[in-house]
Amino acid sequence: MNANDELRTKKLLQQSLPPVDRDSEPARDLWPAVLRRLDARTAAPPWFDWALGAGLVAFAAFFPASIPVFLYYL
Amino acid sequence: MRKGSGDILNEFRQGDAAAFETLFRLHQRAVYGWILRIVRNPASAEELTVESFWRIHRAHARFQPSRGFEAWARRIATRAALDWLRTKQPEIELPAELQAPAATDPAVSAEIRLKTALAFQRLPSKLRIAAVLAVVEEQPHKEVAEALGISVSAVKVRVFRALRLLRKDLQQQGITP
Repeated sequence: MNANDELRTKKLLQQSLPPVDRDSEPARDLWPAVLRRLDARTAAPPWFDWALGAGLVAFAAFFPASIPVFLYYL
Repeated sequence: MRKGSGDILNEFRQGDAAAFETLFRLHQRAVYGWILRIVRNPASAEELTVESFWRIHRAHARFQPSRGFEAWARRIATRAALDWLRTKQPEIELPAELQAPAATDPAVSAEIRLKTALAFQRLPSKLRIAAVLAVVEEQPHKEVAEALGISVSAVKVRVFRALRLLRKDLQQQGITP
């Protein structure tokens, strides 16, 4: 592709995809959504809580006799 | 007493919530505008602006105040938009109110423009993002390079490759730009 081809392809692309207006702004205040996002991520249990839960379930599956002991200490 | 921008940046780095909100208020429009140029869909741009600021908040301890907030935020926003582009297609038709006035050649038919836009969508996302920012939105190569975390010459290479692939795709459809 030579320089002329490049220029023509560039111009065709510019005509096919109009640029976005520089003054565009969000239709709403996004701060509440950011706060919700931060809270949601904070509230999610950490991975080791899931790992501990999975370990307990696996232990109970292999040793069903331990279930009453667990229930007793709950 | 009013705080200087350096104070706000340092406080943000230390995890101060008020400083984060101040920076959000100052930069949300610029970050949204940058993302909109890439994804070309207002609803997705809003969603990605929220995602970007969440990532910015998460990375506050790695922020270097001496390097400025805007370019750093733009880089994070570009990465979020690139992740989005890998799974979704941007809009071809921008809502009329978001379009900047552009000169269209009457000799180029609407059908050719549509085929060009569709061929552009088929390009790999890394090439597409470089071309849309540098060619369509005419952003300086230096800014595009900073946002993508690559060199200016790498931006030029990606733009060239995007245009070459686009031309090849169009030629296969019988269109010679």
